[in-house]
Amino acid sequence: MTEEILKVEHLNKFYDERQVLHNINFSLKKGEVLTLLGPSGSGKSTLLRTLNGLEDYKNGSIYFHEKKIDPSPKEWQILRQKIGMVFQSYDLFPNLTVIENVLLAPVKVQKRDENEVKEEAIKLLKQVGLEQYLNAYPRELSGGQKQRVAIVRALAMKPEIMLLDEITASLDPEMVRGIEEIVELLSKRDHMTMIIVTHQMNFASRIADEVLFLEDGHILEDTPGKEFFNHPQTQRAKDFLDSMDY
Amino acid sequence: MVHSGINVLFEGSNFARLMAGLWTSIWIAAISLIIGLAIGIIFGILRTLSNKFIRFILRVYLEFFRIVPTIVLLYLVYYILPRTFHVNWPATWMAVLAFSLWVAAEFSDIVRGAIESVPKSQRESGLALGLSKIQLFRYVLLPQVIKLELPATINLATRVIKTTSLLLVISIMEVINVAQQIIEANNQQYPTGVFWVYGLIFILYFVLDYPLSAWAKKLTNERK
Ligand SMILES: Nc1ncnc2c1ncn2[C@@H]1O[C@H](COP(=O)(O)OP(=O)(O)OP(=O)(O)O)[C@@H](O)[C@H]1O
Ligand SMILES: [Mg+2]
Repeated sequence: MTEEILKVEHLNKFYDERQVLHNINFSLKKGEVLTLLGPSGSGKSTLLRTLNGLEDYKNGSIYFHEKKIDPSPKEWQILRQKIGMVFQSYDLFPNLTVIENVLLAPVKVQKRDENEVKEEAIKLLKQVGLEQYLNAYPRELSGGQKQRVAIVRALAMKPEIMLLDEITASLDPEMVRGIEEIVELLSKRDHMTMIIVTHQMNFASRIADEVLFLEDGHILEDTPGKEFFNHPQTQRAKDFLDSMDY
Repeated sequence: MVHSGINVLFEGSNFARLMAGLWTSIWIAAISLIIGLAIGIIFGILRTLSNKFIRFILRVYLEFFRIVPTIVLLYLVYYILPRTFHVNWPATWMAVLAFSLWVAAEFSDIVRGAIESVPKSQRESGLALGLSKIQLFRYVLLPQVIKLELPATINLATRVIKTTSLLLVISIMEVINVAQQIIEANNQQYPTGVFWVYGLIFILYFVLDYPLSAWAKKLTNERK
């Protein structure tokens, strides 16, 4: 039995009066890659943000290592050290250099030894081909380079789960592949547990162990990756895949 | 040449008196800025919090100091405080009080604007890394805020320096007041003295304010 890291039960999310997530249920095992697919506005980002405590939820429960999360700011602050997140807009801190961006949270939040973290950070930055940019500022980097730093910055916290929200969506096409390779390596080599939102169906079909297909805040399908791409169960998912022409 | 107006500047201790007047303006401006900026940063931060009551009060405070002309403010502290509240401070302290409150009001708005103009995504990616609210402010928001607000702050400083010329209305011996006295005392002997005295004051204010305003302009251009 593989260990269950994350479980979501009967989760409902409202923006004011409007319900945007309806009765969400799923679970995530260690090392598993879950991909969230669905049309624009279906609630993929909202779900990821809820799993990182950036959005509150009305009812339902989230369990981390089978322990129910108490949705208080204090508890989320601790949990976020274990649940890394990378956004579409790669928000590096413009006032800090690349290496400072990466070191900030491990040193200040986790109080780890700066030299030790730095050594690890440099290793990670080398792996993504950025060892010459340690002291560069974000404005001196291309979009793809910035996104690599953002990934390294999240990894430097040694998270148990990574949440990736359309991390290639603002990149030039020729940058996309490199980022996807980094994510695939994270899965295949490091067995990183991930929840990925993407509109790149080829990438999704390569990496997804499990697919959640969302529409209007409902999970319409929760299907193993291979099966979803070969034989989607619902007509909606079929239409969606057809429209993506990958 | 004996009666050329320029000599009015060097008659007796006139030059030294003008300089002493200028010094009064400078230290009142400097202390008011230090106090006002310190209070203003706190008010500015408070104005970005969600407490509606605090935000409302501070908003009223800002509008009050924005609407009331500085000269009226000076009269208020100079005449009302001693009579109504029996505060009998020297006029210079009263001036520091009025200016500090004014600077705090203006600066609170600069700080609030700067904090709000840091993109929300900066806050979120900081939180997503596990930073606490205080760490987020200290390491991510504050450095960006300082950079954003610096030109406006320098401009505020130049305004404060210029506005010290109003201090003569509450009988403070600042440079304009000294100038008036010198001109009156020497009117017979140097009818054109007024040009020289005010000419000198023009140069003094220019020397004080121009570098600041050039610096602010440079920072603004760099950002573009
Ligand atoms: N801050 C907000 N306030 C109110 N409504 C919001 C907010 N953020 C998102 N929504 C709404 O919630 C719904 C889900 O949005 P969400 O961003 O999660 O969709 P998504 O699946 O990520 O879409 P996309 O593929 O375009 O990124 C949408 O209808 C959206 O309009
Ligand atoms: Mg989204």
